[in-house]
Amino acid sequence: MKIDNEIVENIAELTQLEIAQEELSVIGDKMSEVLALVEEMQAVDTSGIEPVSNPLDVTQTLRPDIVTSEDNREIYQSFAPETRNGLYLVPKVID
Amino acid sequence: MMHNESITEQLHSLTIGKYSSKELTENYIHRIKQLKHLNCFISVLEESALQTAADADQARYKGKVGPLTGIPIAHKDIFCTKNIATTAGSQMLHNYIAPFDATVVIKIAAAGAITIGKTNMDEFAMGSSNETSYYGAVQNPWDTDRVPGGSSGGSAAAVAAGLCSAATGTDTGGSIRQPSAHCGITGLKPTYGRISRWGMIAFASSLDQAGPMTRTAEDAALLLALMAGGDPKDSTCIRDDVPNYLEYLNTTLEGARIGVCDDFFADGLEAKSEEVIQDALKIFEQLGATTKSVKLPHIKYSVPAYYVIAPAEASTNLSRYDGVRFGYRCKDPENLNDMFKRSRSEGFGDEVKRRIMTGAFTLSTGYYDAYYRKAQQIRRLIKNDFHQAFNEVDFLIGPTAPQPAFMLGEKTESHIDMYLQDIYTIAANLAGLPAMSIPIGFSSKLPVGLQLIGNYLAEGTILSAAHQYQKRTDWHKCFPMMTTSESQR
Repeated sequence: MKIDNEIVENIAELTQLEIAQEELSVIGDKMSEVLALVEEMQAVDTSGIEPVSNPLDVTQTLRPDIVTSEDNREIYQSFAPETRNGLYLVPKVID
Repeated sequence: MMHNESITEQLHSLTIGKYSSKELTENYIHRIKQLKHLNCFISVLEESALQTAADADQARYKGKVGPLTGIPIAHKDIFCTKNIATTAGSQMLHNYIAPFDATVVIKIAAAGAITIGKTNMDEFAMGSSNETSYYGAVQNPWDTDRVPGGSSGGSAAAVAAGLCSAATGTDTGGSIRQPSAHCGITGLKPTYGRISRWGMIAFASSLDQAGPMTRTAEDAALLLALMAGGDPKDSTCIRDDVPNYLEYLNTTLEGARIGVCDDFFADGLEAKSEEVIQDALKIFEQLGATTKSVKLPHIKYSVPAYYVIAPAEASTNLSRYDGVRFGYRCKDPENLNDMFKRSRSEGFGDEVKRRIMTGAFTLSTGYYDAYYRKAQQIRRLIKNDFHQAFNEVDFLIGPTAPQPAFMLGEKTESHIDMYLQDIYTIAANLAGLPAMSIPIGFSSKLPVGLQLIGNYLAEGTILSAAHQYQKRTDWHKCFPMMTTSESQR
């Protein structure tokens, strides 16, 4: 499948990446190459085959519902880009 | 010399007082400085390592000895280390000081080991040459114009060059085994879930697995026993008891059935590497094993399935990097969206961005069934192929990589060529099986690795086979000739 500029722009939006106009076709071509490689899969008849999401075919186990985490807010915020009064700061969203 | 001894030999030397842990650690620190040009480390923890070494000597004097007391170990910079920078080879995490230790780090420290540093790696473990690292490429100690392999390239080169006793690595599609092969060391990727992933920065969660990178299979057995085991913090971690892998080591190969898959020897495998692998097979036969041809009909679809599943999972895992709570934030964002987009675009390298976008595409509406679901079904067929094979044989043998280490820059232009470097290693990740690489000879003065793939939780089987081979041969004792950074100027 050929990935055109429109698809690249759409995917860039979905993945919150900024792609320069002149880069769109370069990235599209590289993605098209990967999709050509994975296209080989289509030669296999997989009808009725159960997909694998965990290689051990086990479902995730649950632990007892007790609080084990400590309050580490100060440590976690010590390496945050910007904080104030224990809150994470981001550019203004609402005027 | 102490720097090219195995952990087992070093523990003996420490016990009889041939040298102290402080001397051993000082020697490694000195060598790391001398061989700085290899660029194996992102962080060297000189001060804390020497302090821990002094403490280890005291503990040994008082008779308080753990299984790794005083042994300097390096961690791939994908494992969180408390109060120490943990970058995953990315600019995105250049300023990230982990607030906690990964379970693997805790376990190895609890055994008495010294953390000597954090090793270089491909960015977020996405690469097969260590060239996608924001911190620069790593040089292969056997030939500094060549790559060490990746993504655990810094760990492999550091062990090979005698800069630490052993290192940890992670393997999503071959990232422990392929660099181990290229650097001439022993590297083990255990069964998926055998070792906790807590504190290991996620790439593709259904494939990622940590493992030891060592000089010998015996050392790998020693480390695996300490790293493995259930963890309440990782719900995908296997809770079964951890066997004493060291006890397995002396199991003879008498009567062992080795599977050889023809697809592993198809076009694309370098002729000299194949010759060396055939020689290794003869040794296994001399040790009493028999070989049998096995069919893995879907193995040729491993690379296609992997390059759907791994990027898809990566696109989800890496959505957390948004410049809000930690990591890189762009300068002077105009608004929230601008901050998200520019932080991610500037913080991630090209290969990482490409994989995020490919993954997001295959998961998007209208394409999910044709790509992601299809790849998961192929994954089932590959798993079934192995299941069938293990009815007939005890473990499989084949190449780790299609050829020895390639030149730096040789494959950076063609990402597809780079992806095909993992053609022999990916299947074990898709199926979740344990697999390892051991050095078995040379092709044009470059190490060649042999891959052993075992059944679920049969790490003991492949470790003992590797150990028996290493008792008979000396390839794992070969050490590269290197020149110091000073003399390179």
